[in-house]
Amino acid sequence: MHRDANRYKTFSRRSILLFGGKLMLFSGLVGRMYYLQVVEGEKYKTLADENRISLKLIPPKRGRILDRFGRPMAINQQNYRVMLVPENTDDLGYSLSQLNKIIPFSAQDISRVKRKLKRKRRFLPLILRENLEWSDVAKIEVNAAELPGIVIDVGESRFYPAGSDAVSVLGYVSRVSENEITGDPLLELPGFRIGKAGIEKSLDLNLRGKSGTTQVEVNAFGRQIRELERHEGQPGAETYLTIDVELQKFVARRLGKQAASAVVMDVNTGEILTLASTPGFNPNAFNRGLSNSEWQALVSNPRTPLNNKAIAGLYAPGSTFKMIVALAALAKGVVTPRTKYFCSGEMELGESMFHCWKKGGHGNMSMVNAIVQSCDVYFYEIALRTGIDSISAMARRLGLGQILDIELSGEQKGLIPTRAWKKRVKRVSWQKGETLLAGIGQGLILTTPLQLVVMISRLVNGGKAVLPSLTLDSTLKSPNLETRAQSQFPDLGVNIQHLELMKKAMEKVTVSPIGTAYKARIKKSGYQYGGKTGTVQVRRISASERESEAGVKKNKDLKWAERDHALFVGYAPISNPLYAISVVVEHGGGGSTVAAPIAKDILLEVQNRDPSRSKLNQLAGSNTRLPMNKIKKNG
Amino acid sequence: MVKSPFRQSNMNLGQRLWQINWSFVLLISVTASIGFGMLYSAANGSFDPWASRQMVRFIIGIILMLIVAVIDIHVWLRYAYPVYLIALALLLVVEFGGSIGMGAQRWIDLGVFTIQPSEIMKIAIILLLARYFYASRLEDVGRISHILIPIVLILIPAFLIIRQPDLGTSILMITTGVAMFFVVGVRIWIFIVGAFATIGAIIPLWQFVLRDYQKARLLTFIDPEKDPLGSGYHILQSKIALGSGGLFGKGFMEGSQSHLSFLPEKQTDFIFTMLAEEFGLLGGLLLIFLYVLLLVYAFFMSLQSRSQFGRLIGIGVSTSFFLNVFVNIAMVMGLVPVVGMPLPLVSYGGTAMLTLMFSFGLLLCVYIHRDVQISPGAADGD
Repeated sequence: MHRDANRYKTFSRRSILLFGGKLMLFSGLVGRMYYLQVVEGEKYKTLADENRISLKLIPPKRGRILDRFGRPMAINQQNYRVMLVPENTDDLGYSLSQLNKIIPFSAQDISRVKRKLKRKRRFLPLILRENLEWSDVAKIEVNAAELPGIVIDVGESRFYPAGSDAVSVLGYVSRVSENEITGDPLLELPGFRIGKAGIEKSLDLNLRGKSGTTQVEVNAFGRQIRELERHEGQPGAETYLTIDVELQKFVARRLGKQAASAVVMDVNTGEILTLASTPGFNPNAFNRGLSNSEWQALVSNPRTPLNNKAIAGLYAPGSTFKMIVALAALAKGVVTPRTKYFCSGEMELGESMFHCWKKGGHGNMSMVNAIVQSCDVYFYEIALRTGIDSISAMARRLGLGQILDIELSGEQKGLIPTRAWKKRVKRVSWQKGETLLAGIGQGLILTTPLQLVVMISRLVNGGKAVLPSLTLDSTLKSPNLETRAQSQFPDLGVNIQHLELMKKAMEKVTVSPIGTAYKARIKKSGYQYGGKTGTVQVRRISASERESEAGVKKNKDLKWAERDHALFVGYAPISNPLYAISVVVEHGGGGSTVAAPIAKDILLEVQNRDPSRSKLNQLAGSNTRLPMNKIKKNG
Repeated sequence: MVKSPFRQSNMNLGQRLWQINWSFVLLISVTASIGFGMLYSAANGSFDPWASRQMVRFIIGIILMLIVAVIDIHVWLRYAYPVYLIALALLLVVEFGGSIGMGAQRWIDLGVFTIQPSEIMKIAIILLLARYFYASRLEDVGRISHILIPIVLILIPAFLIIRQPDLGTSILMITTGVAMFFVVGVRIWIFIVGAFATIGAIIPLWQFVLRDYQKARLLTFIDPEKDPLGSGYHILQSKIALGSGGLFGKGFMEGSQSHLSFLPEKQTDFIFTMLAEEFGLLGGLLLIFLYVLLLVYAFFMSLQSRSQFGRLIGIGVSTSFFLNVFVNIAMVMGLVPVVGMPLPLVSYGGTAMLTLMFSFGLLLCVYIHRDVQISPGAADGD
């Protein structure tokens, strides 16, 4: 027991010490409480009751967005605005009526202010009017004493120099809506804007930056007397896009007011040089705040300006899909390049008749000729022999029917059907007639212009599975891309000779007088382009219309919404493809008459804009491509 | 060993319940009721959503506490190591299970409620150390070889919990362990050496191992003013709320800081601030007085135990409880870094409540069996 007694003695002694230590620490808490609540109590009371010293957030500068050459696409501009701080006035009505003498407010404005005030915390200022004239600013400052709770503030607002031309890429910023408030106090700051679409949305957190804080002492009227402490925030990151803003503007204007889209991509690196969707809308107006009628006009426009057609527009690819059918047939070995089929202008399958676009038919067709003249019957024949699942597999390999992960929200997946898909989703078996329609890119198949430009790039870049990108590598501090390594994309796994055959056929589409885009060819040597037209029917042509005296109705005789979609996919130059393009004009008419001329103008422009083109001719045979901007600087 | 005839393990259930220190239970209930009142105020005068649920949890907690209390203390002795191993296994599950598809979960979902292995570990460590040292003589404890094993057994879960990352719980657990080492009679110089070794380990870690961003994160943890929008903002608002309460407070449900949402997490971590704003220095002192009273009870209950095992559990439980209270109150006053630790018995929260009541159950169990002597071989089964 002696041993235990000793142990118990130590235990008791040390427990008492421990307990004493705890009591001491507690008395430390009591002392601190006494200090905070009694000694410093008055100071904190002032802080709490009047918020004489208030902690304010300094909104960070939003990061600029620049194009590939460092030209500004989204910048910040100074903006004077008048604000009301509710807690600094006893009589809101008086303050507002005083202000009304300087800047007139409508009754509607005033009721809006009062409604908003109910929801806001009293210490958060509310913006009454933005973009003030300098003379109004001066008047308010002079009459400050009669305007309790009214303050002038210099804010920054976003400005997009390219306006509606680049809105499909940049998107826009706008006020934070109530369901977007996450608890970050920054989002509740008056006038704070967040990205609502495009790059502004997808890179919002990077562009936003981190807010700073300032502790300011304010007088009874709410005017700042002095700043006590300031922590600077961190401005948002500058972002370089792969876009060439001048080309973007050119393309947007070339598309004009049509419901159309065009995407231009570097076939080797996947950099998107232009991504246009028209009609656009003015992003600067969104920043300012749209009126109800402006909003209604945008929403009710049948040409859907708010829809980014380049990534979210879903179209049957039409004849632009024929290269995929041809590749699938070659890969499966059901045809050789020399196999010929006879086109009589129509083909019978079961009880249905499938027509070629050319009444009377093309006669004997080989693969290259069938692409050059876009013969439908030839592709009915080979599609039937290849089968839908092989065609779909090839389509996926070339980038269709999948999300390509471009840095924009709203990208659509499209649809590349298979037998299993139809069984699962539609609960009916696949019909042979559907394979025929797939052979000419119609029926269930849906693609986006972005997918189409990836498809054409993969066809002509030597069989690399290139993927699109919109931002330049952020790890590079400077936009000078001289050191940028060529992105290494994996091999597509498609026979290179088959791809070469497709290229040869697509060259002939513009170069050969029988080609569907011959009239839209570029004559300038070294600048020629290849491609494929597509005309997508959006209505059903009845047998009686086909057999009637007038024949199938011409596009110009149809209502806009019933006209064909015009498509073109192409690349340039034919000798050493650098650029790929896809053009879709909704209800524009024929691919060769409407889409191909647009593609021609854009491909000519992009080559003219690329200074390395002039050198390229001298370096004939060499595959090295100098970075565009380096040469631009040199001359 | 001669067993005392009194209060033996063969007490029946009624006798055990009779032996419970009911005034301690009353004290717990009074303290928890202050919490109900504050939760009622935090919801702007409504039992919903916090106060009503907290009451249900408290009742479940009381039942759990009584169950734990009436279990024979030999059972706890015998299962001390298995409990530790299970807690360790659960920690490993959330630690490494996370990367195998459970997501970044730090808790295990039992359907009705979730359980955090780190909370279980807080109790398991107390049981472990009490079990390890219950038969140790003073001379044994004097040898370093004897205390190396428990040190390792503490550091393993501490490391796992730091990785979660939950620095607060980890430090709290280690500190509880250190207190238990202290009372079993580990030589003072070992603590001094340990303290130097800790500092010595931090310096090379800081200079050579940690990366810049990790340092920055630690610095913000130590000095929240560096991050004025995050925890610094909260601490400033908490100090304003507390200070403006003054001597008598602004009155029940009248706390402007709390009710105008200046105060973050007013129902959990910052509930003491709200109390001090609405009831002033006097209200705050009353609650601290209740906590001190609870600690005094715990202290005497542990000293009365005739077994070293019981005494060690008593010290472990009361130290852990003390640290929770102290760290929370010191945090809202801006004295220690923000670690996200609720105020025991008062803050809203289920897991913390159940863990706490479990440990109080152990304390009561020690009290019920205060005259039971535990022979050195008792843990291996008679």
